[in-house]
Amino acid sequence: MLDKNGIAKRIAKEVKDGYYVNLGIGIPTLVANYVRDDIEVEFQSENGVLGMGPFPFEGEEDADIINAGKQTITTLPGASFFDSATSFGMIRAQHVDLTILGAMEVSENGDIANWKIPGKMVKGMGGAMDLVASAENIIVAMMHTNRAGASKLLKKCSLPLTGVGCVKRIVTNMAVIEVTPKGFKLLERAPGVSVEDIKKATEGELIIEGDIPEMKL
Amino acid sequence: MINKKVNNISEALEGVSDNMTFMFGGFGLSGIPENAIANLVKRNIKGLTCISNNAGVDDFGLGLLLHQKQIKKMVSSYVGENDEFERQMLSGELDVELIPQGTLAERCRAAQAGFPAIFTPAGYGTEVAEGKEVREFDGKMYVLEHAFKADYAFIKAWKGDAAGNLIFKGTARNFNPIMCGAAKITVAEVEELVPVGELDPNQIHIPGIFVQRIFEGENYEKRIEQLTVRQKA
Repeated sequence: MLDKNGIAKRIAKEVKDGYYVNLGIGIPTLVANYVRDDIEVEFQSENGVLGMGPFPFEGEEDADIINAGKQTITTLPGASFFDSATSFGMIRAQHVDLTILGAMEVSENGDIANWKIPGKMVKGMGGAMDLVASAENIIVAMMHTNRAGASKLLKKCSLPLTGVGCVKRIVTNMAVIEVTPKGFKLLERAPGVSVEDIKKATEGELIIEGDIPEMKL
Repeated sequence: MINKKVNNISEALEGVSDNMTFMFGGFGLSGIPENAIANLVKRNIKGLTCISNNAGVDDFGLGLLLHQKQIKKMVSSYVGENDEFERQMLSGELDVELIPQGTLAERCRAAQAGFPAIFTPAGYGTEVAEGKEVREFDGKMYVLEHAFKADYAFIKAWKGDAAGNLIFKGTARNFNPIMCGAAKITVAEVEELVPVGELDPNQIHIPGIFVQRIFEGENYEKRIEQLTVRQKA
């Protein structure tokens, strides 16, 4: 079973040379730590920056340079700033190559719910609805089950949707899964996790074809 | 040169009154029009509809207007950092319209650029699209979203001149440029008002034609919401 950093490490392998990447809050943010350093990747933050660098050193923070999580950041050589319409333009028109975001639920047809728990959490969707509706290449990073132990990979989402039929790939602490027209296709299992474990933790239709290899991290 | 400079903050906000619709630039607390907000708090006008990506925090930004119950309705994409906001929303005192961030941006830009509405894929199939016209283009579904209509846009820039030309800094740019000219009156506050002719015309982000009033703000706090640093090795 992977921890959050393990999930990030596995997803980092999906980040290819020349990609512009948008990282959501939470596990996705950790992906930046594991991207190979022999490839060129630019990170986009939807509040209006391309070419995000690491967090600033203490005392060097600038209130005018933050990421979408409102954290202080730095920029790398070649970075640029732009307004919010331009930012979502690059997302909507698919200039951004890869979007990695968290989810509370994903259904077997690729629906995603990650913005609202009625009566409990109504903070707003931020840029999540734009990202999932537009991006061609979306990877969901999440734990396979919620804190109560219930599956987050469902036949049908129970929470209000963020987007419909948009998720292509899911990386959890247990597995790598592809969303196909027939359901969740199991591609890889996490170290120490059996196919049976994954089956038990997946409420939606799980397609298992042949031997399922263990993830290489 | 058409002069947009006003002499003080009360001149800059002349004409604001109860029940108006205002736009506020900023993302989180970055790039918010601190001086305009402070003046609206002082005027204590009520029943406001506020279009802003976020609603500030409890004791800063639009949180200050919420605290005095000046806001009737918020149109935002993310309102997570504000307990008073949550209390007013759950008790029904505050009307809240949550919309996707890119839709918010594009409804501003549509107003600025003279489009009555735009089609966006964001929110299709979700509760955001309920009751709205949808349409298919090239096999993909889109939702019709209308341009905003607002009385005033309060925005903040880094540098400006009396002609109303503006330059923004870093990610404090965000919604500010696309709200300029998106309301009947755009009030720009700048950290530094420089003599006309000093700004290089090649470097101007927003031309003065989109701005009706400009002034140099004072006492910027520029509060950081999530100070995140790394240690020197």
